[in-house]
Amino acid sequence: MTVPGVAPVEVPDTDEVPDADRPWVTIVWNDPVNLMSYVTWVFQKLFGFSREKAEKLMLDVHHKGKAIVSSGARERMEHDASRLHAYGLWATVDRS
Amino acid sequence: MVSLFRRHGDTCVARFAADEVAVLRQVSTEVIGLLTDGFDRDDPVVERLFPDGYRDDPEQAADFRRYTEGDLKTGKIDQAGAILASLPSTGGAVVRLDPEAAEAWLRALNDARLALGIRLDLKDDTDLLEELDEAVMRDPTSARVRQLTMYEYLGVLQESLLDSVIG
Repeated sequence: MTVPGVAPVEVPDTDEVPDADRPWVTIVWNDPVNLMSYVTWVFQKLFGFSREKAEKLMLDVHHKGKAIVSSGARERMEHDASRLHAYGLWATVDRS
Repeated sequence: MVSLFRRHGDTCVARFAADEVAVLRQVSTEVIGLLTDGFDRDDPVVERLFPDGYRDDPEQAADFRRYTEGDLKTGKIDQAGAILASLPSTGGAVVRLDPEAAEAWLRALNDARLALGIRLDLKDDTDLLEELDEAVMRDPTSARVRQLTMYEYLGVLQESLLDSVIG
């Protein structure tokens, strides 16, 4: 995902970055029960995404099986995962 | 027959028949039971409502659970309780939900559907109507027919509530 308005910096090859320096991500996994409209609504509500962005992420989850919905400090990712669990979405925390 | 929500100002309104009230009370009470006296970490429904926070690291998953499980459980009990609080103990009812109650209902309906989805062993490619046809052919009075019907009903209701929340 890209961050609008942030100048691109040199992105090091992921393989060369030591584990401890890689940011954390929150991943949402596909699930046969959750309604597509509900997942889109939850993404908008929890992350303030536009409808378009929320829908795109929802479709990624649906078609690719998962999508990264946030990235950053580990504590924040754990907070995001627990908020998603409160809405019944299946989310995990991992290294990017 | 499924009652649908409509939006009046800030309020989501639906008129439920007695059998709908009974179903909503039943599924909410069952979810609360699973989260209180019946709480069993090995129950696949509990596993789905409280997923591991880390996929490949049992130790970190256990830490995550220790920090988050209490609040998550309280929240889920409260939201199922919000459905019960809006309904009479018997008979039909007109239900009026303010934005906070509507959100609690959406989350609680979702939990109830997740629980039924696990019990019914629904997969991504499950065709609900096909499943229901097959189950009816085998035994129209079976628990599976009842659960599939409830699951379908709760999905339509959740979608209608979401539509009226979004407006």
